[in-house]
Amino acid sequence: MTTDLILFLILAAVAIATAVGMLLSRNAVYSALFLVLNFTTVAVFYLLLGAPFIAITQVTVYAGAIMVLFLFVIMLLGSEKLPERTVLPWQKPTAVFLAFVLMVEGAYLIFTQTASGIITNNPVESTGSPQAIGELLFSEYLLPFEVTSILLLVAMVGAIVLTGDRKKGGQS
Amino acid sequence: MNFSEAANTGYFFGLVPLLVFLPLTGMLINMIFGGKMSEKAVGTVASVASGLAFVVAVLLAYSLSATHGHMQTVHFAEWIHIGDLKLDWTFRVDTLSSVMMLVVSGVGTLIHIYAIGYMHEDVRFKDDIKRFRRFFVFLNLFIAMMMILVSGDSYLMLFVGWEGVGLCSFLLIGFWYDFDTLGQKSTANAEAGKKAFIANRVGDFGFLLAIFTTFWHFGSLQFDKVFEAASAHPDPVVISAITLFMLIGVTGKSAQVPLYVWLPDAMAGPTPVSALIHAATMVTAGVYLVVRSAPLYSLVHGASYIVAMIGAVTALFAATIAVGQYDIKKVLAYSTISQLGFMVAAVGMGAYVAGIFHLATHAFFKALLFLSAGSIILGMERGHHAHAHHDEDHGDGHAHVEHHEEEVFDPGDMRNMGNLRKRMPVTFWLYMAGTLALAGLPPFAGFWSKDEILLDAKLHAEHFPGVYLLLSIAAFMTAFYMGRQIWMVFFGKERTEVAEHAQESPPVMTVPLMILAVLAVFGGALNLPFEGFHNLGHWLEYTIGHVEGLPLDLGVAGISTVLALLAIFFSWLLYGKNPLKAGQADPLKKPLGFLFTGMENKWFVDEGYKAVIIDPFVKLAKFLSINLDWNFWHDWFHESVIYAGFKGLARFLSEPIDMGIINAIADKLAEMTKRSSEGLSRLQNGFVRSYALSVLLGVVAILGYLLFK
Amino acid sequence: MEGVSVNYYIGLSAILFIIGALGVLVRRNALVIFMSVELMLNAANLAFVAFSSVNNSLDGQIFVFFIMTVAAAEVAVGLALIVAIFRSKKSIDVDQINLLKG
Repeated sequence: MTTDLILFLILAAVAIATAVGMLLSRNAVYSALFLVLNFTTVAVFYLLLGAPFIAITQVTVYAGAIMVLFLFVIMLLGSEKLPERTVLPWQKPTAVFLAFVLMVEGAYLIFTQTASGIITNNPVESTGSPQAIGELLFSEYLLPFEVTSILLLVAMVGAIVLTGDRKKGGQS
Repeated sequence: MNFSEAANTGYFFGLVPLLVFLPLTGMLINMIFGGKMSEKAVGTVASVASGLAFVVAVLLAYSLSATHGHMQTVHFAEWIHIGDLKLDWTFRVDTLSSVMMLVVSGVGTLIHIYAIGYMHEDVRFKDDIKRFRRFFVFLNLFIAMMMILVSGDSYLMLFVGWEGVGLCSFLLIGFWYDFDTLGQKSTANAEAGKKAFIANRVGDFGFLLAIFTTFWHFGSLQFDKVFEAASAHPDPVVISAITLFMLIGVTGKSAQVPLYVWLPDAMAGPTPVSALIHAATMVTAGVYLVVRSAPLYSLVHGASYIVAMIGAVTALFAATIAVGQYDIKKVLAYSTISQLGFMVAAVGMGAYVAGIFHLATHAFFKALLFLSAGSIILGMERGHHAHAHHDEDHGDGHAHVEHHEEEVFDPGDMRNMGNLRKRMPVTFWLYMAGTLALAGLPPFAGFWSKDEILLDAKLHAEHFPGVYLLLSIAAFMTAFYMGRQIWMVFFGKERTEVAEHAQESPPVMTVPLMILAVLAVFGGALNLPFEGFHNLGHWLEYTIGHVEGLPLDLGVAGISTVLALLAIFFSWLLYGKNPLKAGQADPLKKPLGFLFTGMENKWFVDEGYKAVIIDPFVKLAKFLSINLDWNFWHDWFHESVIYAGFKGLARFLSEPIDMGIINAIADKLAEMTKRSSEGLSRLQNGFVRSYALSVLLGVVAILGYLLFK
Repeated sequence: MEGVSVNYYIGLSAILFIIGALGVLVRRNALVIFMSVELMLNAANLAFVAFSSVNNSLDGQIFVFFIMTVAAAEVAVGLALIVAIFRSKKSIDVDQINLLKG
């Protein structure tokens, strides 16, 4: 067992544990906090995979901006406890069963169709430096990059329209 | 190309379809536009159409003489082509058909013109002005059909025309279908038309049998082919059968014994119709048919003798009836039958030239007589109206109107006439010309043609015994009844007030009569019995073979002339010397007794037909309708077999089949659809989680399929 | 040789994805469902970056960048939607939202 593998397994265990924690937490605030932890763990994976720019983005955008937004909304709406009774009694067991089947299928896929390639943890000599990413974004992927700006603008307008108070908006 | 060149090269033969299509065009114009045209315009269109046909007929005759009478056929249209059977509409122009064309279109045109004046007044007396146009439509159709008849190149085309003129005859006899001959509301005229049609059907049936036999035996209906085949292999039995069947058709169309009964009743039609169809043209179609079939008749003497005897017997029989008639048109009708008997007798004896000659002259003088009679009747009608008005002016108007409506006055009854030569001088002289021609006095047309028939009968007495005798007596009777008519109508004293008020006819009617009178007087010039004057004989030689031009036989001519003069003298004794008084019985009644009663009542032939044929037929029809149609077909067959059977079948189909199978399938299908839709709609529960689960199920299934396939 | 087989990363990515999917399917809190969706996106991102690393190509990382952008936009709109729904329904229980029921 190499150190790489040991590191991977520890981090993977953390990631899975936080994901399961998010899934099982009855309180939405806990779920959000578990998810932040999970995102941070994934960001560490990105670093190990030689993608420091993505890792930083993950921390700032996901763990930072997005999850903070989630927490705001949770605070806003109140993390209500939902009643136990459910209108879909078959939903949970069927979902668990199907998830299990999907997992078996995934495992079968991984063990039968082995992809070649070994990944060495190399956070220092990263290929995905901000410079390299920036060069690609402003050359080959310029058009999609610009389109994302429009997408973000539309999302911003959408969010304002959806949450804006109709009556006030109507009066102003 | 100048005119004679055109004639010599036969250019005009291409015009022959116009004979049919010119009158048809006139008919169509009057049919489509006639409603908006004046009476004069309608009459002019019809007359011009007929007159142009006459012009075409003259051109054809001229071309024929220019090309030495060679028969020409003009193929016009394909008609029936089935396997070997080839029947085309082909026109045949030869000297015989040319004579017929000239007579039909010539006399026809004059009668068209006359009819303009006649119908103008007739529709007003009958109070139905709109029917004026219909008359000319029918008249033009008749000319077209008659042209098809005489110009056809096969028995079938001849038959088409034969039936067409029969139709026109029916339509025109029943022209005033809602009146009787006295102008009263009744169905009598319609029934006269029906009678003519049915009597003709009997004859047509015989003619059809002749056509069938011809086709069966000779394999063709074309004249030339039939005659060739017949002369090549003469089979007396078959040819006798054909000719005798044909004779039945002739007796029907040409009003011979025993089918003549329709012609007197046909006088119900307007007088121009009587003149054109029932005297001059259509009724001579039978004579034309026999002459056309001369090559067949000449092969079988027995059949020819029967034809001749039927003609001779008819001639005498009808003449006797004519003596006992009081209606001016009825006398002429029986006279026509009698004269047709002369023609049929002539052609039966093989004297084709004499027959056609008499056909032509008879067309002239009998048309003249009929039209003059029409003029007299209209004159009487005018007198009647004038008289009625005269009365109303003087008396109590209301009472006289009723009186006028109740009064039935017969303008055609000779007993109501008398001394009309004072009132209608022009008509009188015209009528005299026609009478003398019919009576057979030299030099009028009728003398020459009748004399030729008698001469032929005398010469052939060996082969055709009895014919000469019968015809001579008939000729005597002819002169007698015509004399009787003249004395009764034109001489003596007026027997009614109406006769005192009779008025002369307008020139549109008298001018055509004058032309006909000229023809009646000089028509004999067609074929005078002197060397070099056998024009018609030579003309027809091209078609019927060599004809010996007979010289004048002074014996025969003398006897017939003396007989005619004698007959007129007798009639003067009886009717002229002591004119009939109003209400007086016929002076012949006493000496002849029951014989005259027979003549008066047409020898009870109609009554006999009714008792022997019509009544049993009606009884049979009644029996069949009650027992077979009603009781058997309707009550039993309909109710028990069709209705009950159908009901049973319907019940079987409806209960086990329709309800049990088809309906059940539909019901089950509907239920299945309903259930599955209910089940499927449960899937659409609106919960987004549930939909996501379906998506996951799909992912798992597809992935599983891809992995483990 | 040192290092980790790419299969491990793929396996981890798959496990995280399935946990996310389970979260979407079994939780009724709309916010948690939304977070689970984010987790699934992250799992996919992880696979992208792993492949990018093993193939020595930066395209995978670019894709991840775009996915993050889209996710950010999605979260902004999605949370706005949830707030709007809460305003009308006074609840964020997805089981109460079944207007699509046929």
